[in-house]
Amino acid sequence: MPTDSVQYKSKPGNLNRSVPNKFNAENLRSEEMIINLGPQHPSTHGVLRLEVLLDGEIVKEVVPHIGYLHRCFEKHAENMPYNQVIPFVDRLDYVASMNNEHAYAMGVERMLGIDHQIPKRVEYVRVVVAELNRIASHFIAIGTYGMDIGAFTPFFWLMRDREHILRLLEWASGARLLYNYIWIGGLFYDLPVGFEDRCREFVRYIKPKLQELETVLIENKIFIGRTANVGVLPLDLAINCGVTGPMLRGSGLRFDLRRVDGYSVYPELDFEIPIGDGKMGKVGDCWDRTNVRVLEIHESLKIIDQCLDKLTGEHIRTRDFDPQALIPKKIRPKAQDLYVRAEIPKGELGFFFRADGKSDVALRCKCRSCSFVNLSVLPEIAKGILVADLIAIIGSIDVVMGEVDR
Amino acid sequence: MPMSAFDQILLIVKESCKHADPTVDESATPKAIKIAKEDLTLTAQNLLQNPLTYFDMLSCITGIDNGPDAGTMEVVYNLYSIPFNHHLMLKIIVPREKPEVESICHIWKSADWLEREVFDMYGIHFLNHPDLRRILMPADWEGYPLRKDYKHQEYYRDIKVEY
Repeated sequence: MPTDSVQYKSKPGNLNRSVPNKFNAENLRSEEMIINLGPQHPSTHGVLRLEVLLDGEIVKEVVPHIGYLHRCFEKHAENMPYNQVIPFVDRLDYVASMNNEHAYAMGVERMLGIDHQIPKRVEYVRVVVAELNRIASHFIAIGTYGMDIGAFTPFFWLMRDREHILRLLEWASGARLLYNYIWIGGLFYDLPVGFEDRCREFVRYIKPKLQELETVLIENKIFIGRTANVGVLPLDLAINCGVTGPMLRGSGLRFDLRRVDGYSVYPELDFEIPIGDGKMGKVGDCWDRTNVRVLEIHESLKIIDQCLDKLTGEHIRTRDFDPQALIPKKIRPKAQDLYVRAEIPKGELGFFFRADGKSDVALRCKCRSCSFVNLSVLPEIAKGILVADLIAIIGSIDVVMGEVDR
Repeated sequence: MPMSAFDQILLIVKESCKHADPTVDESATPKAIKIAKEDLTLTAQNLLQNPLTYFDMLSCITGIDNGPDAGTMEVVYNLYSIPFNHHLMLKIIVPREKPEVESICHIWKSADWLEREVFDMYGIHFLNHPDLRRILMPADWEGYPLRKDYKHQEYYRDIKVEY
Protein backbone atom coordinates (compact mmCIF):
# COMPACT_ATOMS: atom_id res chain seq x y z
CA MET A 1 0.00 0.00 0.00
CA PRO A 2 1.52 3.36 -1.01
CA THR A 3 2.14 5.55 2.00
CA ASP A 4 1.04 8.80 0.35
CA SER A 5 -2.59 7.61 0.36
CA VAL A 6 -2.85 8.48 4.05
CA GLN A 7 -5.07 11.52 4.07
CA TYR A 8 -4.06 12.94 7.43
CA LYS A 9 -0.59 13.29 8.76
CA SER A 10 -0.17 14.30 12.36
CA LYS A 11 2.10 17.20 13.01
CA PRO A 12 2.51 18.95 16.38
CA GLY A 13 1.49 22.29 14.89
CA ASN A 14 -1.90 20.90 13.89
CA LEU A 15 -3.11 21.14 17.46
CA ASN A 16 -2.49 24.87 17.71
CA ARG A 17 -5.63 26.98 17.82
CA SER A 18 -6.58 28.38 14.46
CA VAL A 19 -7.99 31.47 16.19
CA PRO A 20 -5.95 32.89 19.04
CA ASN A 21 -7.61 33.64 22.42
CA LYS A 22 -8.96 37.10 22.93
CA PHE A 23 -7.98 37.13 26.61
CA ASN A 24 -4.51 36.72 27.89
CA ALA A 25 -4.21 34.55 30.97
CA GLU A 26 -1.54 36.77 32.48
CA ASN A 27 -3.86 39.76 32.52
CA LEU A 28 -6.69 37.99 34.32
CA ARG A 29 -7.51 39.20 37.80
CA SER A 30 -7.38 36.56 40.49
CA GLU A 31 -8.67 37.76 43.78
CA GLU A 32 -10.84 36.84 46.73
CA MET A 33 -14.57 36.85 46.33
CA ILE A 34 -17.45 37.07 48.81
CA ILE A 35 -20.23 34.61 48.17
CA ASN A 36 -23.47 34.66 50.08
CA LEU A 37 -24.86 31.23 50.83
CA GLY A 38 -28.44 31.29 52.01
CA PRO A 39 -30.64 32.24 53.82
CA GLN A 40 -32.89 30.66 51.21
CA HIS A 41 -30.58 27.88 50.12
CA PRO A 42 -31.95 24.37 50.64
CA SER A 43 -28.66 22.91 51.80
CA THR A 44 -28.39 25.37 54.68
CA HIS A 45 -31.27 23.53 56.40
CA GLY A 46 -33.50 26.50 57.00
CA VAL A 47 -32.70 30.15 57.18
CA LEU A 48 -28.99 30.14 57.81
CA ARG A 49 -26.94 32.71 55.96
CA LEU A 50 -23.27 32.09 55.40
CA GLU A 51 -20.92 34.77 54.25
CA VAL A 52 -18.15 32.85 52.54
CA LEU A 53 -14.82 34.33 51.52
CA LEU A 54 -13.58 32.37 48.55
CA ASP A 55 -10.27 32.12 46.78
CA GLY A 56 -11.26 30.27 43.64
CA GLU A 57 -13.03 27.24 45.03
CA ILE A 58 -11.18 27.29 48.33
CA VAL A 59 -13.05 28.59 51.35
CA LYS A 60 -10.87 31.02 53.26
CA GLU A 61 -13.35 32.21 55.85
CA VAL A 62 -16.95 31.49 56.81
CA VAL A 63 -19.09 33.88 58.83
CA PRO A 64 -22.51 32.52 59.81
CA HIS A 65 -25.28 35.09 60.16
CA ILE A 66 -28.22 33.84 62.19
CA GLY A 67 -31.38 35.25 63.68
CA TYR A 68 -33.76 34.96 60.74
CA LEU A 69 -36.01 32.65 62.75
CA HIS A 70 -35.80 34.48 66.06
CA ARG A 71 -39.17 34.14 67.79
CA CYS A 72 -38.35 35.65 71.19
CA PHE A 73 -38.64 32.39 73.12
CA GLU A 74 -36.93 33.78 76.20
CA LYS A 75 -39.09 36.90 76.25
CA HIS A 76 -42.23 34.80 75.96
CA ALA A 77 -41.04 32.49 78.72
CA GLU A 78 -40.68 35.48 81.04
CA ASN A 79 -44.28 36.45 80.45
CA MET A 80 -46.12 33.15 80.84
CA PRO A 81 -46.72 30.60 83.56
CA TYR A 82 -44.40 27.61 83.41
CA ASN A 83 -46.96 25.20 81.99
CA GLN A 84 -47.92 27.53 79.17
CA VAL A 85 -44.33 27.70 77.94
CA ILE A 86 -44.36 24.04 76.84
CA PRO A 87 -45.87 24.75 73.39
CA PHE A 88 -43.08 27.28 72.85
CA VAL A 89 -40.51 24.72 73.92
CA ASP A 90 -41.94 22.42 71.23
CA ARG A 91 -40.99 24.95 68.62
CA LEU A 92 -37.32 25.14 69.56
CA ASP A 93 -36.09 21.98 67.90
CA TYR A 94 -39.24 21.34 65.94
CA VAL A 95 -38.23 17.92 64.66
CA ALA A 96 -37.67 16.56 68.18
CA SER A 97 -40.34 18.24 70.27
CA MET A 98 -40.77 15.40 72.75
CA ASN A 99 -37.14 15.62 73.77
CA ASN A 100 -37.42 19.35 74.34
CA GLU A 101 -40.53 18.93 76.45
CA HIS A 102 -38.84 16.22 78.46
CA ALA A 103 -35.92 18.51 79.29
CA TYR A 104 -38.12 21.46 80.17
CA ALA A 105 -40.57 19.47 82.28
CA MET A 106 -37.68 17.88 84.14
CA GLY A 107 -36.26 21.29 84.97
CA VAL A 108 -39.47 22.69 86.39
CA GLU A 109 -40.12 19.47 88.30
CA ARG A 110 -36.69 19.75 89.88
CA MET A 111 -37.42 23.30 90.93
CA LEU A 112 -40.68 22.15 92.51
CA GLY A 113 -38.92 19.20 94.12
CA ILE A 114 -41.32 16.62 92.68
CA ASP A 115 -38.89 15.00 90.25
CA HIS A 116 -38.57 11.85 92.40
CA GLN A 117 -42.31 11.39 92.81
CA ILE A 118 -43.18 11.07 89.15
CA PRO A 119 -44.84 7.65 88.63
CA LYS A 120 -42.62 5.10 86.91
CA ARG A 121 -45.16 4.52 84.17
CA VAL A 122 -45.12 8.20 83.30
CA GLU A 123 -41.32 8.14 83.12
CA TYR A 124 -41.30 5.09 80.86
CA VAL A 125 -43.89 6.60 78.55
CA ARG A 126 -41.79 9.77 78.39
CA VAL A 127 -38.72 7.80 77.45
CA VAL A 128 -40.59 5.83 74.78
CA VAL A 129 -41.95 8.91 73.07
CA ALA A 130 -38.66 10.77 73.42
CA GLU A 131 -36.69 7.92 71.88
CA LEU A 132 -39.23 7.56 69.06
CA ASN A 133 -38.78 11.22 68.37
CA ARG A 134 -35.00 10.87 68.55
CA ILE A 135 -35.21 8.28 65.78
CA ALA A 136 -37.43 10.58 63.71
CA SER A 137 -34.98 13.43 64.19
CA HIS A 138 -32.01 11.29 63.18
CA PHE A 139 -33.96 10.12 60.12
CA ILE A 140 -34.29 13.75 59.03
CA ALA A 141 -30.64 14.41 59.77
CA ILE A 142 -29.39 11.45 57.78
CA GLY A 143 -31.93 11.76 54.97
CA THR A 144 -31.38 15.42 54.26
CA TYR A 145 -27.66 14.97 54.65
CA GLY A 146 -27.70 12.32 51.95
CA MET A 147 -29.71 14.64 49.73
CA ASP A 148 -27.26 17.50 50.32
CA ILE A 149 -24.43 15.53 48.89
CA GLY A 150 -26.28 13.84 46.07
CA ALA A 151 -27.99 10.69 47.37
CA PHE A 152 -31.69 11.04 46.69
CA THR A 153 -33.14 7.62 47.48
CA PRO A 154 -32.38 7.40 51.23
CA PHE A 155 -34.28 10.63 51.82
CA PHE A 156 -37.52 9.12 50.51
CA TRP A 157 -36.99 5.88 52.36
CA LEU A 158 -36.38 7.69 55.62
CA MET A 159 -39.32 10.05 55.17
CA ARG A 160 -41.53 7.03 54.55
CA ASP A 161 -40.34 5.39 57.76
CA ARG A 162 -40.49 8.61 59.74
CA GLU A 163 -44.15 8.83 58.84
CA HIS A 164 -44.80 5.69 60.88
CA ILE A 165 -43.28 7.37 63.94
CA LEU A 166 -45.25 10.55 63.40
CA ARG A 167 -48.46 8.54 63.16
CA LEU A 168 -47.67 6.77 66.41
CA LEU A 169 -47.00 10.07 68.14
CA GLU A 170 -50.09 11.62 66.61
CA TRP A 171 -52.10 8.75 67.99
CA ALA A 172 -50.71 9.41 71.45
CA SER A 173 -50.81 13.20 71.52
CA GLY A 174 -53.09 14.37 68.73
CA ALA A 175 -50.44 16.30 66.84
CA ARG A 176 -47.88 15.28 64.27
CA LEU A 177 -44.96 17.52 65.12
CA LEU A 178 -45.63 19.88 68.02
CA TYR A 179 -47.07 17.65 70.65
CA ASN A 180 -47.54 19.41 74.01
CA TYR A 181 -47.68 15.87 75.40
CA ILE A 182 -45.23 15.85 78.32
CA TRP A 183 -46.57 18.12 81.01
CA ILE A 184 -44.98 19.32 84.20
CA GLY A 185 -45.62 16.53 86.69
CA GLY A 186 -47.08 14.06 84.24
CA LEU A 187 -48.48 13.58 80.79
CA PHE A 188 -51.30 15.04 78.77
CA TYR A 189 -52.83 11.59 78.54
CA ASP A 190 -51.82 7.98 78.97
CA LEU A 191 -50.78 6.04 75.89
CA PRO A 192 -53.78 4.91 73.82
CA VAL A 193 -54.83 1.26 74.20
CA GLY A 194 -52.89 -0.89 71.76
CA PHE A 195 -50.01 1.60 71.39
CA GLU A 196 -47.49 -0.83 72.81
CA ASP A 197 -48.32 -3.49 70.22
CA ARG A 198 -48.14 -1.03 67.35
CA CYS A 199 -44.85 0.28 68.66
CA ARG A 200 -43.41 -3.23 68.78
CA GLU A 201 -44.64 -3.76 65.25
CA PHE A 202 -42.78 -0.62 64.22
CA VAL A 203 -39.57 -1.77 65.89
CA ARG A 204 -39.81 -5.10 64.05
CA TYR A 205 -40.50 -3.29 60.79
CA ILE A 206 -37.69 -0.76 61.06
CA LYS A 207 -34.77 -3.08 61.85
CA PRO A 208 -34.33 -4.52 58.31
CA LYS A 209 -34.92 -1.05 56.88
CA LEU A 210 -31.93 0.23 58.80
CA GLN A 211 -29.88 -2.53 57.25
CA GLU A 212 -31.01 -1.27 53.86
CA LEU A 213 -30.08 2.26 54.80
CA GLU A 214 -26.61 1.23 55.82
CA THR A 215 -26.07 -0.59 52.55
CA VAL A 216 -27.39 2.12 50.30
CA LEU A 217 -25.99 5.17 52.06
CA ILE A 218 -23.50 4.66 54.84
CA GLU A 219 -21.37 2.03 53.11
CA ASN A 220 -21.87 3.57 49.70
CA LYS A 221 -18.57 4.31 48.01
CA ILE A 222 -19.65 7.73 46.78
CA PHE A 223 -20.96 8.69 50.21
CA ILE A 224 -17.72 7.63 51.85
CA GLY A 225 -15.77 9.57 49.25
CA ARG A 226 -17.75 12.70 49.96
CA THR A 227 -17.64 12.49 53.75
CA ALA A 228 -14.52 10.63 54.91
CA ASN A 229 -11.68 12.93 55.95
CA VAL A 230 -13.94 15.94 55.43
CA GLY A 231 -14.60 18.44 58.22
CA VAL A 232 -12.44 16.73 60.79
CA LEU A 233 -13.24 18.09 64.24
CA PRO A 234 -10.47 17.28 66.73
CA LEU A 235 -11.65 16.34 70.20
CA ASP A 236 -9.88 19.13 72.10
CA LEU A 237 -11.38 21.77 69.82
CA ALA A 238 -14.80 20.15 70.14
CA ILE A 239 -14.72 20.29 73.94
CA ASN A 240 -13.34 23.82 74.01
CA CYS A 241 -16.11 24.97 71.68
CA GLY A 242 -18.75 23.32 73.86
CA VAL A 243 -19.86 20.91 71.13
CA THR A 244 -22.16 18.14 72.35
CA GLY A 245 -24.25 15.29 71.04
CA PRO A 246 -23.41 13.13 68.03
CA MET A 247 -20.79 15.68 66.96
CA LEU A 248 -18.83 15.24 70.17
CA ARG A 249 -19.28 11.48 70.08
CA GLY A 250 -18.23 11.45 66.45
CA SER A 251 -14.97 13.02 67.60
CA GLY A 252 -14.40 10.02 69.80
CA LEU A 253 -15.59 10.89 73.31
CA ARG A 254 -18.06 8.49 74.93
CA PHE A 255 -20.16 11.24 76.45
CA ASP A 256 -23.92 11.00 76.60
CA LEU A 257 -25.95 12.88 79.19
CA ARG A 258 -28.42 10.00 79.36
CA ARG A 259 -25.59 7.98 80.86
CA VAL A 260 -23.57 10.72 82.59
CA ASP A 261 -26.48 12.41 84.35
CA GLY A 262 -28.69 9.34 84.42
CA TYR A 263 -31.91 11.30 84.46
CA SER A 264 -35.42 9.84 84.19
CA VAL A 265 -35.30 6.02 83.96
CA TYR A 266 -32.20 5.83 81.77
CA PRO A 267 -30.06 4.25 84.52
CA GLU A 268 -32.43 1.24 84.50
CA LEU A 269 -32.04 0.72 80.78
CA ASP A 270 -29.31 -1.10 78.94
CA PHE A 271 -27.88 0.69 75.95
CA GLU A 272 -24.53 1.44 74.37
CA ILE A 273 -23.06 4.82 73.50
CA PRO A 274 -21.63 4.66 69.97
CA ILE A 275 -18.61 6.80 69.14
CA GLY A 276 -16.73 7.63 65.99
CA ASP A 277 -13.63 5.54 65.45
CA GLY A 278 -12.28 6.83 62.16
CA LYS A 279 -13.21 3.67 60.30
CA MET A 280 -13.30 5.36 56.89
CA GLY A 281 -11.00 8.31 57.50
CA LYS A 282 -9.88 10.35 60.45
CA VAL A 283 -11.73 10.35 63.78
CA GLY A 284 -14.28 13.15 63.87
CA ASP A 285 -14.97 13.48 60.15
CA CYS A 286 -18.40 13.83 58.60
CA TRP A 287 -18.71 10.10 58.03
CA ASP A 288 -18.12 9.36 61.70
CA ARG A 289 -20.80 11.82 62.77
CA THR A 290 -23.35 10.31 60.40
CA ASN A 291 -22.44 6.79 61.40
CA VAL A 292 -22.87 7.68 65.07
CA ARG A 293 -26.41 8.80 64.29
CA VAL A 294 -27.21 5.53 62.55
CA LEU A 295 -25.82 3.51 65.45
CA GLU A 296 -27.78 5.65 67.88
CA ILE A 297 -31.00 4.68 66.12
CA HIS A 298 -30.20 1.05 66.90
CA GLU A 299 -29.63 1.96 70.55
CA SER A 300 -32.88 3.90 70.68
CA LEU A 301 -34.71 0.85 69.36
CA LYS A 302 -33.14 -1.19 72.15
CA ILE A 303 -34.33 1.36 74.70
CA ILE A 304 -37.85 1.38 73.27
CA ASP A 305 -37.96 -2.41 73.39
CA GLN A 306 -37.01 -2.46 77.07
CA CYS A 307 -39.46 0.30 77.96
CA LEU A 308 -42.28 -1.53 76.19
CA ASP A 309 -41.46 -4.62 78.24
CA LYS A 310 -41.89 -2.56 81.40
CA LEU A 311 -45.02 -0.86 80.13
CA THR A 312 -46.68 -4.16 79.37
CA GLY A 313 -45.30 -5.94 82.45
CA GLU A 314 -44.33 -4.23 85.67
CA HIS A 315 -45.97 -0.87 84.97
CA ILE A 316 -48.94 -2.01 82.95
CA ARG A 317 -51.85 0.33 82.36
CA THR A 318 -54.44 0.12 85.14
CA ARG A 319 -57.97 1.44 85.18
CA ASP A 320 -57.32 3.98 87.92
CA PHE A 321 -53.98 5.27 86.64
CA ASP A 322 -54.09 8.99 86.04
CA PRO A 323 -51.01 10.51 84.37
CA GLN A 324 -52.25 13.96 85.35
CA ALA A 325 -52.56 13.10 89.05
CA LEU A 326 -49.33 14.82 90.06
CA ILE A 327 -49.69 17.89 87.90
CA PRO A 328 -49.62 20.84 90.29
CA LYS A 329 -52.55 23.23 90.22
CA LYS A 330 -50.27 26.18 90.75
CA ILE A 331 -46.67 25.94 89.69
CA ARG A 332 -44.82 28.14 92.12
CA PRO A 333 -41.23 27.07 92.76
CA LYS A 334 -39.15 28.45 95.62
CA ALA A 335 -36.78 31.31 94.84
CA GLN A 336 -33.75 29.70 93.25
CA ASP A 337 -31.50 29.40 90.23
CA LEU A 338 -31.38 26.11 88.42
CA TYR A 339 -29.57 24.81 85.39
CA VAL A 340 -30.94 21.61 83.92
CA ARG A 341 -29.68 19.76 80.91
CA ALA A 342 -30.77 16.77 78.89
CA GLU A 343 -29.63 14.89 75.84
CA ILE A 344 -31.73 15.71 72.81
CA PRO A 345 -30.84 14.33 69.35
CA LYS A 346 -28.52 17.25 68.58
CA GLY A 347 -26.75 17.43 71.91
CA GLU A 348 -27.12 19.09 75.28
CA LEU A 349 -30.27 21.15 75.69
CA GLY A 350 -30.00 23.25 78.81
CA PHE A 351 -32.44 25.51 80.58
CA PHE A 352 -31.42 28.09 83.11
CA PHE A 353 -34.29 29.11 85.35
CA ARG A 354 -34.51 31.84 87.92
CA ALA A 355 -37.63 31.73 90.04
CA ASP A 356 -38.51 34.48 92.48
CA GLY A 357 -40.76 32.34 94.69
CA LYS A 358 -43.66 34.77 94.47
CA SER A 359 -45.15 34.08 91.07
CA ASP A 360 -45.73 31.21 88.69
CA VAL A 361 -43.84 33.01 85.94
CA ALA A 362 -40.12 32.53 85.58
CA LEU A 363 -38.00 35.61 86.20
CA ARG A 364 -35.57 34.33 83.61
CA CYS A 365 -35.66 31.27 81.41
CA LYS A 366 -32.57 30.93 79.28
CA CYS A 367 -32.35 28.20 76.70
CA ARG A 368 -28.91 26.87 75.96
CA SER A 369 -29.47 25.23 72.63
CA CYS A 370 -27.12 22.66 71.24
CA SER A 371 -27.51 23.60 67.57
CA PHE A 372 -26.46 27.16 68.41
CA VAL A 373 -23.25 26.09 70.08
CA ASN A 374 -22.56 23.32 67.55
CA LEU A 375 -22.95 25.77 64.69
CA SER A 376 -20.41 28.14 66.24
CA VAL A 377 -17.70 25.58 65.50
CA LEU A 378 -18.31 25.86 61.75
CA PRO A 379 -15.87 28.76 61.10
CA GLU A 380 -13.18 26.77 62.89
CA ILE A 381 -13.43 23.61 60.79
CA ALA A 382 -14.36 25.21 57.46
CA LYS A 383 -11.06 26.86 56.62
CA GLY A 384 -9.13 25.89 53.50
CA ILE A 385 -11.73 23.44 52.24
CA LEU A 386 -13.70 23.29 49.01
CA VAL A 387 -17.17 24.80 48.69
CA ALA A 388 -18.69 21.37 48.11
CA ASP A 389 -17.16 20.20 51.38
CA LEU A 390 -18.64 23.19 53.17
CA ILE A 391 -22.09 21.89 52.26
CA ALA A 392 -21.10 18.45 53.52
CA ILE A 393 -19.96 19.94 56.85
CA ILE A 394 -23.12 22.00 57.40
CA GLY A 395 -25.23 18.91 56.82
CA SER A 396 -23.18 16.83 59.21
CA ILE A 397 -23.56 19.39 62.02
CA ASP A 398 -27.33 18.81 61.75
CA VAL A 399 -28.57 22.26 62.68
CA VAL A 400 -32.23 23.05 63.13
CA MET A 401 -32.62 26.78 62.76
CA GLY A 402 -35.61 26.85 65.06
CA GLU A 403 -33.25 25.94 67.84
CA VAL A 404 -30.37 28.13 66.76
CA ASP A 405 -32.46 31.29 66.64
CA ARG A 406 -35.08 30.43 69.26
CA MET B 1 -12.30 14.76 107.07
CA PRO B 2 -11.97 14.52 103.30
CA MET B 3 -12.78 17.65 101.45
CA SER B 4 -15.89 17.61 99.28
CA ALA B 5 -15.55 18.43 95.61
CA PHE B 6 -17.29 21.74 96.02
CA ASP B 7 -15.01 22.82 98.88
CA GLN B 8 -12.05 21.99 96.72
CA ILE B 9 -13.42 24.16 93.93
CA LEU B 10 -14.22 26.95 96.37
CA LEU B 11 -10.64 26.89 97.64
CA ILE B 12 -9.30 27.31 94.12
CA VAL B 13 -11.74 30.13 93.44
CA LYS B 14 -10.73 31.83 96.70
CA GLU B 15 -7.07 31.65 95.78
CA SER B 16 -7.68 33.32 92.44
CA CYS B 17 -9.87 36.10 93.79
CA LYS B 18 -7.78 39.16 94.55
CA HIS B 19 -10.41 41.89 94.65
CA ALA B 20 -13.25 40.55 96.77
CA ASP B 21 -14.05 37.40 98.66
CA PRO B 22 -16.31 34.99 96.82
CA THR B 23 -19.67 34.19 98.35
CA VAL B 24 -21.56 30.93 97.98
CA ASP B 25 -25.18 30.58 96.96
CA GLU B 26 -26.34 27.22 98.33
CA SER B 27 -29.88 27.42 96.98
CA ALA B 28 -28.76 27.27 93.37
CA THR B 29 -28.47 23.99 91.48
CA PRO B 30 -25.58 23.43 90.83
CA LYS B 31 -24.11 25.44 93.71
CA ALA B 32 -23.14 28.94 92.70
CA ILE B 33 -20.15 31.10 93.61
CA LYS B 34 -20.41 34.85 93.33
CA ILE B 35 -17.17 36.60 92.45
CA ALA B 36 -16.12 40.13 91.62
CA LYS B 37 -16.02 40.90 87.91
CA GLU B 38 -12.33 41.84 88.05
CA ASP B 39 -11.46 38.33 89.21
CA LEU B 40 -13.29 36.52 86.44
CA THR B 41 -10.48 35.97 83.95
CA LEU B 42 -8.01 34.65 86.50
CA THR B 43 -10.61 32.44 88.16
CA ALA B 44 -11.74 30.99 84.87
CA GLN B 45 -8.15 30.37 83.81
CA ASN B 46 -7.37 28.58 87.05
CA LEU B 47 -10.54 26.52 87.02
CA LEU B 48 -9.68 25.28 83.55
CA GLN B 49 -6.03 24.61 84.17
CA ASN B 50 -6.00 23.29 87.70
CA PRO B 51 -5.68 19.50 87.48
CA LEU B 52 -8.04 19.12 90.44
CA THR B 53 -10.96 20.81 88.72
CA TYR B 54 -10.29 20.92 85.00
CA PHE B 55 -13.50 22.65 83.95
CA ASP B 56 -13.06 22.01 80.26
CA MET B 57 -16.55 22.87 79.07
CA LEU B 58 -18.40 26.14 79.29
CA SER B 59 -22.02 25.11 78.83
CA CYS B 60 -23.96 28.29 79.12
CA ILE B 61 -23.73 32.03 79.72
CA THR B 62 -26.88 33.68 80.97
CA GLY B 63 -27.55 37.35 81.35
CA ILE B 64 -30.09 38.47 83.94
CA ASP B 65 -31.50 41.92 84.47
CA ASN B 66 -32.53 42.65 88.04
CA GLY B 67 -34.53 45.66 86.96
CA PRO B 68 -34.01 49.42 87.23
CA ASP B 69 -34.83 49.40 90.96
CA ALA B 70 -32.02 47.07 91.87
CA GLY B 71 -29.74 48.76 89.37
CA THR B 72 -27.73 45.63 88.66
CA MET B 73 -27.38 42.98 86.02
CA GLU B 74 -25.91 39.54 86.38
CA VAL B 75 -23.91 37.25 84.17
CA VAL B 76 -24.06 33.57 85.06
CA TYR B 77 -21.54 31.07 83.75
CA ASN B 78 -22.31 27.35 83.85
CA LEU B 79 -19.15 25.30 83.83
CA TYR B 80 -18.79 21.57 83.57
CA SER B 81 -15.80 19.31 83.99
CA ILE B 82 -16.00 16.20 81.84
CA PRO B 83 -13.30 14.11 83.58
CA PHE B 84 -14.56 14.79 87.14
CA ASN B 85 -18.26 15.29 86.40
CA HIS B 86 -18.31 18.53 88.40
CA HIS B 87 -20.80 21.31 87.84
CA LEU B 88 -20.29 24.91 88.84
CA MET B 89 -22.19 28.13 88.49
CA LEU B 90 -20.21 31.36 88.55
CA LYS B 91 -22.05 34.63 89.05
CA ILE B 92 -20.88 38.13 88.27
CA ILE B 93 -22.82 41.24 89.21
CA VAL B 94 -22.37 44.35 87.09
CA PRO B 95 -23.88 47.83 87.49
CA ARG B 96 -26.73 48.64 85.18
CA GLU B 97 -25.37 52.01 84.08
CA LYS B 98 -22.09 50.69 82.78
CA PRO B 99 -22.35 46.93 82.29
CA GLU B 100 -18.92 45.61 81.41
CA VAL B 101 -17.26 42.24 81.92
CA GLU B 102 -13.97 40.91 80.68
CA SER B 103 -14.48 38.40 77.86
CA ILE B 104 -13.42 34.80 78.41
CA CYS B 105 -13.33 33.94 74.72
CA HIS B 106 -9.64 33.15 74.83
CA ILE B 107 -10.23 30.53 77.51
CA TRP B 108 -13.29 28.77 76.10
CA LYS B 109 -14.13 29.29 72.45
CA SER B 110 -17.80 28.53 73.11
CA ALA B 111 -17.95 31.87 74.95
CA ASP B 112 -17.75 33.69 71.61
CA TRP B 113 -21.35 33.32 70.48
CA LEU B 114 -22.78 32.98 73.97
CA GLU B 115 -21.31 36.35 74.96
CA ARG B 116 -22.55 37.89 71.76
CA GLU B 117 -26.05 36.72 72.62
CA VAL B 118 -25.88 38.24 76.09
CA PHE B 119 -24.65 41.49 74.55
CA ASP B 120 -27.48 41.38 72.03
CA MET B 121 -30.19 40.89 74.62
CA TYR B 122 -28.85 42.92 77.57
CA GLY B 123 -26.23 45.30 76.21
CA ILE B 124 -23.58 43.94 78.53
CA HIS B 125 -20.21 44.72 76.96
CA PHE B 126 -17.59 42.02 76.95
CA LEU B 127 -14.22 43.71 76.87
CA ASN B 128 -11.63 42.32 74.47
CA HIS B 129 -14.17 40.16 72.70
CA PRO B 130 -12.88 39.61 69.13
CA ASP B 131 -16.16 40.30 67.37
CA LEU B 132 -18.85 41.78 69.58
CA ARG B 133 -21.85 42.26 67.28
CA ARG B 134 -25.54 41.58 67.63
CA ILE B 135 -26.27 37.97 66.80
CA LEU B 136 -30.02 37.28 66.86
CA MET B 137 -31.51 40.75 66.40
CA PRO B 138 -30.84 42.88 63.30
CA ALA B 139 -27.74 45.05 63.50
CA ASP B 140 -29.77 48.28 63.45
CA TRP B 141 -32.26 47.25 66.14
CA GLU B 142 -32.69 49.75 68.94
CA GLY B 143 -32.50 48.79 72.57
CA TYR B 144 -31.84 45.53 74.37
CA PRO B 145 -34.97 43.36 74.32
CA LEU B 146 -34.58 41.30 77.48
CA ARG B 147 -33.99 44.23 79.81
CA LYS B 148 -36.86 44.59 82.23
CA ASP B 149 -37.59 48.18 81.21
CA TYR B 150 -37.39 47.52 77.47
CA LYS B 151 -39.85 49.29 75.23
CA HIS B 152 -39.74 48.24 71.62
CA GLN B 153 -39.43 50.87 68.95
CA GLU B 154 -42.60 51.78 67.13
CA TYR B 155 -41.26 51.34 63.64
CA TYR B 156 -38.42 49.27 62.30
CA ARG B 157 -37.54 50.29 58.72
CA ASP B 158 -41.07 51.63 58.28
CA ILE B 159 -42.60 48.36 59.46
CA LYS B 160 -44.82 48.59 62.51
CA VAL B 161 -43.37 46.62 65.40
CA GLU B 162 -46.08 44.91 67.41
CA TYR B 163 -45.66 42.62 70.33
